[in-house]
Amino acid sequence: MSAMSFISSSIGKKVAMSLSAFFLISFLLLHVAINLLSVVSAEMYNEASHFMGTNPVIQFVMQPILIFGVLFHFTMGFVLEFQNKSARPIKYKMKNEKGNSSWLSRNMIYSGLVILSFLGLHFYDFWIPEIKYKYIEFQAPDEHRYFGELVHKFEDPMRVGFYAISFILLMMHLLHGFQSAFQSLGVNNKFTPGIKKMAWVFSVTIPLAFVFIALFHHLKH
Amino acid sequence: MDLKLKIWRQKNAAAKGKIVDYDISAISSDMSFLEMLDVLNRKLIEKGDEPVSFDHDCREGICGSCSLQINGRPHGPDGGTTTCQLHMRKFKDGDSIVIEPFRAKAFPIVKDLIIDRSAFDRVQHAGAFISVNTSGNTQDANATPINKGNADHAFDAASCIGCGACVAACKNASAMLFVSAKVSQYALLPQGQVEREMRVTDMVSQMDEEGFGACTNTGACEAECPKGISITNIARMNREFIGSNLKS
Repeated sequence: MSAMSFISSSIGKKVAMSLSAFFLISFLLLHVAINLLSVVSAEMYNEASHFMGTNPVIQFVMQPILIFGVLFHFTMGFVLEFQNKSARPIKYKMKNEKGNSSWLSRNMIYSGLVILSFLGLHFYDFWIPEIKYKYIEFQAPDEHRYFGELVHKFEDPMRVGFYAISFILLMMHLLHGFQSAFQSLGVNNKFTPGIKKMAWVFSVTIPLAFVFIALFHHLKH
Repeated sequence: MDLKLKIWRQKNAAAKGKIVDYDISAISSDMSFLEMLDVLNRKLIEKGDEPVSFDHDCREGICGSCSLQINGRPHGPDGGTTTCQLHMRKFKDGDSIVIEPFRAKAFPIVKDLIIDRSAFDRVQHAGAFISVNTSGNTQDANATPINKGNADHAFDAASCIGCGACVAACKNASAMLFVSAKVSQYALLPQGQVEREMRVTDMVSQMDEEGFGACTNTGACEAECPKGISITNIARMNREFIGSNLKS
């Protein structure tokens, strides 16, 4: 079977979703670690952000891979949703799904859509100004600007509110998605209960850490 | 007990169906669900109306024919049972019961509550078989030692009756629990090794061709399966499929 036939099969699509999910989850861990530095020390946050923003490997290799990973995960998610919806063209008159599955697992597309709209705002807030600063206006590198920019973004309570809601939705997305990615890759064995616990802890703590960082800067500054 | 039935009626595959209301009385709580439908049909025939068509055969939970969506759940509210094993004592006097066929693009409606599940047959034909020498020197299957754990898991997977409740319960109308049970029962046994890689790719390919959805790991199939088939079989099928593709 060719790579194209594999990726076009139902299992191949799920494998691709899982691998891109693991990649995005690992990025999330790195992102929260750097953001948490802003709570500890403005200097450390500036230093880490400057490194991430100027290192050529990160800028020209990792960043395009990340953007591809994000676009791939969302596109594949929509493709699967469309395929899955078309598998039942006539709906049931009465559904009783509460007894057999969790709300989170049935509504991944909706939590994903909120996260996608948040990513739009996030790109508008941080990524586009960064690209403009470096590659359009060609301004001189300033390793002390990052902390101030971050604090400025969290001054608006509306933005902090949307930010918090988005990360709650991310938590809900991860609560099903993280452990589910293991099942899609064929991992369901004696380690599965431990994997589910680890995924639960990650899914709750990481989004809450992002919310904490936003609230911290909003309330402190 | 007296009940209000809301039943999906559809003349044939091409006709437009709708829910039709029926009042039924004097139903014993000791009746099975299908016996209750038999009573309704007798009354409809006495009135000169068209009886409700529904599938049934063994009426003891083995054949997988009696597949109805009852109050929004495949095989009704009782766990681990088929529709024929469901008893009216699970309902209360005055209850309203919605009865629909299992719905999926791959399971077109033939009439009323009868669906065409031959998509499952075609998936099985694609790879759910083994090669055995039948020229007169066939080896006794029991002569091959089999690990007890594998034998038990294969037996559990083989208890799938192909009723389609997994497809009916899944929000994506995915058949992965059914297909993975069939893949597993052979993959775990020495007799299934010859076609092992070909089997999983061919069965998954046929499953996709039939128009079933993809698994999103909600676990609804496992929860509604009357035979308790576990989604560990789906993980095994995914492993088999990935492994088979990496080798080829």
